[in-house]
Amino acid sequence: MLNTKTVMAGLIVALFSVAAGAAEVTVMQNSKSFKKDGVKIDKLQIKAGDTINFKNEDPFFHNIFSLSELKTFDLGSYPVGESKSVKFDSPGMAEVECAIHPDMYLEVTVK
Amino acid sequence: MMRIGPFAVKKVTAQIALVVMGASMAFGVMAANSIKPSEEDIAKFLRPAAVPQPADNMMTPERVELGKFLFFDPRLSGSNFISCATCHNPAMGWSDGQPTAIGHGMGQLARSTPTILNTSYQSFQMWDGSKRTLEEQALGPIEAGGEMAQPMHELIPELKDIPKYAVMFEAAYPGEGISKETLGKAIASFERTIVSTDSHFDRWLKGVDTAMNDSAKRGFVVFKGKANCTACHSGFNFSDNGFHNIGLSDSKDDGRYLVKKVAVLKGAFKTPTLRDVALTAPYMHNGQYKNLAEVVEHYNRGGDKNPGHLSPNMKPLNLSKAEQQDLIEFLKALTGDPMAFVVPQLPVN
Repeated sequence: MLNTKTVMAGLIVALFSVAAGAAEVTVMQNSKSFKKDGVKIDKLQIKAGDTINFKNEDPFFHNIFSLSELKTFDLGSYPVGESKSVKFDSPGMAEVECAIHPDMYLEVTVK
Repeated sequence: MMRIGPFAVKKVTAQIALVVMGASMAFGVMAANSIKPSEEDIAKFLRPAAVPQPADNMMTPERVELGKFLFFDPRLSGSNFISCATCHNPAMGWSDGQPTAIGHGMGQLARSTPTILNTSYQSFQMWDGSKRTLEEQALGPIEAGGEMAQPMHELIPELKDIPKYAVMFEAAYPGEGISKETLGKAIASFERTIVSTDSHFDRWLKGVDTAMNDSAKRGFVVFKGKANCTACHSGFNFSDNGFHNIGLSDSKDDGRYLVKKVAVLKGAFKTPTLRDVALTAPYMHNGQYKNLAEVVEHYNRGGDKNPGHLSPNMKPLNLSKAEQQDLIEFLKALTGDPMAFVVPQLPVN
């Protein structure tokens, strides 16, 4: 259940996000490629504090991960229509891949 | 008893035929001979005319010829007894018919010999994708202790001592000499010529309706639909260049996880091509299944438990016996015509 503290914490986080101009960028997994606005990409530049929302549009599972020093994460496997988000807090470079389909590669530069 | 003339009989037959057709259409039953490839099927599954080649090792007749000699030369092994072709036998679908490969000193290896057919189209080589290019892959088994067990620093002088190889390397890679790099490049160039030939399926895609039998045509529909084989076995080479744990009960091998430490890859292996699959039994990376019927049964039950992470694409398929048989017929229709092949006469010394 939500308590006052959680709500307050949420509000503070939200305020900071707005203050920093943090954005949410959606990257699709489509035809075994990373796509942004319908166009295949292998590089993406974002700002520290931005969130990437990885959305699966393929009729099979994807499993997005990164073992980069900047950000290590494993979003697990999820099917068509589902999405998961990762927030990139600090500047640097992260290699993002799909574990199941390693042809899918995205270099994320965080400024 | 009424006498029925020939005309009347024809009319009755025609009426029955119409009723049967109507009933078939009403129940959505599709006769196999009406299954035609769609534009999408042709775009997705037709064999491409060209083979991908790296800019720094474009194929030339000299490179391919040298690579073929090296591929069949057992002096590439520590024992001088095992060549690439010992396991990748052209008479056995470029594999060896063994559950898992036999290497140096007749030792049994942990994984089966994958075919080299269409490896030029793969983004990753080896069952676990540990090699990226064919140039790298070609050298792996030569040096691996359990496989050909041939240290490179011994092999290069051995090859340099064979005058014909000096001439062939110079013709293939002028000025580059006989080295680990040119050895890998030459074998890779030869491997890029091992591509699948036309199969019944290809001829059917190109419009010859009778090229595939009715069971195989129905099998293609099951393959793309109810069985969802195309979730992984996609495209003309029937591979997504991906890695999946398909639930093999006998496997304790971590597979791709040894290369990339991501949970889903525990027990995952590369999706192999299905072209010429009927020629390369036994099946799976561990040779667990002796024929295609066992493979189809495995997928039909959604795989088995193993220590890794079962691919979420795996689930029971509930295929009928007839559908399973159709699927097998379709897989058999992926066998290409036999290749014309001239075996090299190796230099004796």
